[in-house]
Amino acid sequence: MENEDIVIRVRDLVKKFGQFVADDHLSFDVYKGEIFGFLGANGAGKTTAIRMLCGLLEPTSGELTVAGLDGFKQREAIKRRIGYMSQKFSLYEDLTVNENIRLFAGIYGIPTRIRKEKTEELLEKLELTSARKKLVRDLPLGWKQKLAFSLAIIHDPSIVFLDEPSGGVDPVTRRRFWDLIYEAAHEGITVFVTTHYMDEAEYCDRVAIMSAGKIVALDTPEALKKEWDATSMDGVFLKLARSNE
Amino acid sequence: MKQLLGFIRKEFRHIFRDPRTMIILFGIPIVQLLLFGYVITTEIKDARIAILDKSHDEVTREITHKLLSSGYFKLDAMLDNEGQIDNIFRQGNVKEVVVFQDDFGKRLKRDGQANVQVIADASDPNTAQLLSNYTNAIVQDYLQKKFVNYKIPLEIKPQVRMLFNESLVGAFMYVPGTMALILIIISAMMTSITIVREKEMGTMEILLVSPLKSHHIIIGKVTPYLILSVINAVTIVILGNLVFGVPVRGSLILLMFVVILYIMLALSLGILISTIAASQFSAMFVSIMALMLPTMLLSGFIYPIDNMPVVLQVLSNIMPARWFIEAVKAVMLKGVGAGYIWKQLLIMAGMTIFFLGISVKKFKLRLE
Repeated sequence: MENEDIVIRVRDLVKKFGQFVADDHLSFDVYKGEIFGFLGANGAGKTTAIRMLCGLLEPTSGELTVAGLDGFKQREAIKRRIGYMSQKFSLYEDLTVNENIRLFAGIYGIPTRIRKEKTEELLEKLELTSARKKLVRDLPLGWKQKLAFSLAIIHDPSIVFLDEPSGGVDPVTRRRFWDLIYEAAHEGITVFVTTHYMDEAEYCDRVAIMSAGKIVALDTPEALKKEWDATSMDGVFLKLARSNE
Repeated sequence: MKQLLGFIRKEFRHIFRDPRTMIILFGIPIVQLLLFGYVITTEIKDARIAILDKSHDEVTREITHKLLSSGYFKLDAMLDNEGQIDNIFRQGNVKEVVVFQDDFGKRLKRDGQANVQVIADASDPNTAQLLSNYTNAIVQDYLQKKFVNYKIPLEIKPQVRMLFNESLVGAFMYVPGTMALILIIISAMMTSITIVREKEMGTMEILLVSPLKSHHIIIGKVTPYLILSVINAVTIVILGNLVFGVPVRGSLILLMFVVILYIMLALSLGILISTIAASQFSAMFVSIMALMLPTMLLSGFIYPIDNMPVVLQVLSNIMPARWFIEAVKAVMLKGVGAGYIWKQLLIMAGMTIFFLGISVKKFKLRLE
């Protein structure tokens, strides 16, 4: 039976590059408004998985539904329904805050009138109104991160994918950034986040841990800690890694 | 469409905000054109010539033989009448035509004087000058050795005519060459760098995940460079005309068509380089090594192709600039129509499609 609240449905998803199996029979569901964490060492298959979910890569086999759309045949349509923020909080550094907003609003086809409203709203929320004509290059890292996130959800996507969104940011700024993520989730946007900061993993509703192309654990942080008898996600991760060696 | 316009506007902002880009775009072309106004001497080997022998006597046969066995000239055609001369030059295969007047040998022995006309294609002024000098030297040498003890002093009067560029201005050669070089730099190097920069900054990822189609991204990235390159080409033509007096004898529209075709070719090369290069630096390096230097050395811009070793001559065939320079010279200096340069146009169009094809394939592979 199909659950209406499932926004990402993955069944036996496989991606092979020649002989190499990057993702080996992944299966999981992500629910609406959920903050879903995706953990794993580099090379565990996280990036390949997220690329398939975003419609960038065609899976080799399995089933994939994202925002009600087929991950094999409707990849272009999926792109309209999702937002994406990369680990480099990629904005155009030589453009101003305003120009970046205008560009991304334009790319997602937001009409001019709505764009203007949204721009004011967004600048106010981020307390960037006075810096709107500043080049992004001159903003502090934390502001760039927040701006990048706000632009990733400027078109009200059903899901936003965050690929290691907190690289190089200190824990306090990271915490503030998560307030934005909670707010988005509260508004009904599903958040799919990859990370290797274990404190971030604790903020997620549920976490999947990947190792060597497979999902080796999937549950709430509390349940995982209990199961592996650890006080933090760090401990869970270490014990999992050892048991898989 | 609106998405694309916004994207193009952003690309223009990148360009206008980066002083280095602006210098490369607008400073270098002017400096180079002025620099290349000066001449570089070159050598002659196996230059293709045609001969119109109205006399067909022993003397003209011997002179012809001497010319062709000198190693400097190679016979392309024996002509029957003067009407063919113009045509054979416009076809562009022949660098020089030698015309012996009728009763050449008789006049020489009877009057002590005969006329030979040397007509050279001076759209490449260095070569034309050298060719006519060599021809003259060979004829005079023949005269001295053959009639060493003749009773009256003999004289063969060479009448030299430089076709298409009567006053042998070096700039005639360098304007098309500079255009070829500048357009390659701007179109290929700058686009490859700007695309690779998006990859380095991680913004390419964002664009790929966005609803923008990959051909939109490519069109958005290259359109500003196409526009700026056209502006540059026009600037070079105007500057060449005002400073060096280089004319545009053919159709301006045809010239612009050739220019735009070449720019598209260069842009497709830039896109190809961007799919290979991992960093902005390597994009620049590949552009310089694989495009700029060969364009300068192998396109016939500085060194005549006819004088190169066979291997390099063959290699020059794959230089986009070679075909561009030939076409531009034909249109600007000889004033020919599209019918005379269809081969060059076809080759450039073919190359563009070929490079775009590989780029698209590579682009997809990279994503996988």
